[in-house]
Amino acid sequence: MAVYKKTYQRYAGTLTPAWSRAFIIPRYAFEEMHRKRFLNMFFLASMLYPLVCAFLIYVNQNLNFLKLLPGAPTQGFLEVNSTFFMALLGVQSMMGFFMTAFVGPGLISPDLANNALPLYLSRPLNRKQYVLGKMLVLVTLLSVMTWIPGLLLWLLHGVLAGNGWMGQNLRVASGLFFGAWIWILVLSLLSLALSAWVKWKPAAGGLLFGVFFVAAGFGAAINGVLRTKWGNLINISHLVGSVWVSLFEEPMNRGAGAVFFRVAAGEEIPVWCCWATLIGICLVCLWLLAKKIRGAEVVRS
Amino acid sequence: MNPVIELHGLEVRFGQRVILDKLNGALSGRAIGLLGPNGAGKSTLINTLLGFHQPWSGTARIFGYDIRVPAEAREVRGLFGYMPENDSFIANMSGVRFVRLMAELAGLPPSEAMERTHEAFFLVGLGEARYRNIGTYSTGMKQLVKLAQAIAHGPKLLFLDEPTNGLDPPARQRMIELIQEIRNRGELHLILSSHLLRDVEECCDEVLILKNGRSAAVCNLEEERRANRRFLELETRGANGTFVEAIEGLGCEAACGAHGRMKIVLPDGVEIRQIYALAAARDVQIRRLNHKRDSLEDIFLKAMEAPNGSL
Repeated sequence: MAVYKKTYQRYAGTLTPAWSRAFIIPRYAFEEMHRKRFLNMFFLASMLYPLVCAFLIYVNQNLNFLKLLPGAPTQGFLEVNSTFFMALLGVQSMMGFFMTAFVGPGLISPDLANNALPLYLSRPLNRKQYVLGKMLVLVTLLSVMTWIPGLLLWLLHGVLAGNGWMGQNLRVASGLFFGAWIWILVLSLLSLALSAWVKWKPAAGGLLFGVFFVAAGFGAAINGVLRTKWGNLINISHLVGSVWVSLFEEPMNRGAGAVFFRVAAGEEIPVWCCWATLIGICLVCLWLLAKKIRGAEVVRS
Repeated sequence: MNPVIELHGLEVRFGQRVILDKLNGALSGRAIGLLGPNGAGKSTLINTLLGFHQPWSGTARIFGYDIRVPAEAREVRGLFGYMPENDSFIANMSGVRFVRLMAELAGLPPSEAMERTHEAFFLVGLGEARYRNIGTYSTGMKQLVKLAQAIAHGPKLLFLDEPTNGLDPPARQRMIELIQEIRNRGELHLILSSHLLRDVEECCDEVLILKNGRSAAVCNLEEERRANRRFLELETRGANGTFVEAIEGLGCEAACGAHGRMKIVLPDGVEIRQIYALAAARDVQIRRLNHKRDSLEDIFLKAMEAPNGSL
């Protein structure tokens, strides 16, 4: 029967499994993102640094290649160690931050502004699945930009270096993986919470920058005025950087930590304080999301 | 008939404010109307049934599923279609993409969702506009696309919250006809919340009237209409005691008023033509004969005026 001649009929076919519903949201979000040229270009640009790293790793393991270039050093050219991978993580995490600032605010705020939440939540999809679906967008993007290329490069170097390099540098792999996940969780939750509370997309994006950069500046001001180091507790990049240093088992000295996430000498705070603050930030974000993600808003008198 | 919705002392509070006050009852109509003045609790009842608000005490069962049991509430939400009162859509999406997303979230596989989305658009009369961005739709089109997303996945229970809000008369008529068409297919139950009595009267066969969060009346409109057909108002000339006795002899209840006016309740098996025959035999003129028209408006007003809040 032609589609325009059909009348209302109940659906009696098979249904998709309940666990798969949360994946529908990221699928649609990625389709939407794919149409935006700027995001595509930025995503591709974020892969340049890992490609350069892959080239450097190849050169490092094939020094004969350098002999082709007149005047190029063949000894001590480049050391591929935890500092190398931490720098990779730092650069990629910062690229991920910008990507989140472009994508994150558009995830929840339009749904709230257009009153779409009742439509989502009147279906067999609960609030947790809704947030998980939105979070999966950022988690997938940031994973592809951070720990996945990081681990691939670690594997590449391990294969090229041989002689048990991978066994000796398992700590680097775990640092890459867990360090990236800490960043991904903090950044995703913060971005979603801001997106839920600030309905205007540009404002939510601006606020995300503010939380990182203005708070960092404010923390530095506190440190300067009060001659303390506890102002770093509101500097998220410092907190993440400190945790990364401990995960990579790097010595805490001048210039320790990844690029963009350096821990200034003399301003180190105990790692457990950094962990506790990051966990606290995540819990506050979850609470903010729980307050805002509701099928119907209740106005209490 | 199995009840669609059973309310067991359902109480909903926002803070200390009681919004729904221990609602009880069972609703089993194919099309159930929710009526009540502003603030009576209609939207809160719908939102509670949809799982947006947690009951303070008591519970409700929909098709036997308890809404307070998370697993059952989730199961039953798969049977719902919901058309909210206010504008609800996802920005920067074409109509077809939006409805398809909603159908997929309800559990339809992508290909089925796409097919049924197109069907839903043609059913509501938006077939030609389905690829346009929803942001460019008129108010009437937005109401129709909300209806399309509510029915695309073929729900068993359709919640319609003020479906004719903001529509001009022809668009309202079209919406009412659509709702009647969907109802008459007999494949789903619908709950229509409206403050427009005419909408409810035209679409529903059972009505729950709410007042101050309490159930003021549950009225089966079909039975009411049937009962009205047995209730006659007569204006006669020349009627006397023998005519009244003869009518009562048929088993009718009769009451006489001034100026030859009478009210009669016909028992089953007695037809109006027997009244005419009795009148002709006694040379009584029946100048006017009306069926009682106790409209939904009368029922609603009676419920609102009842001192204890219920009829």
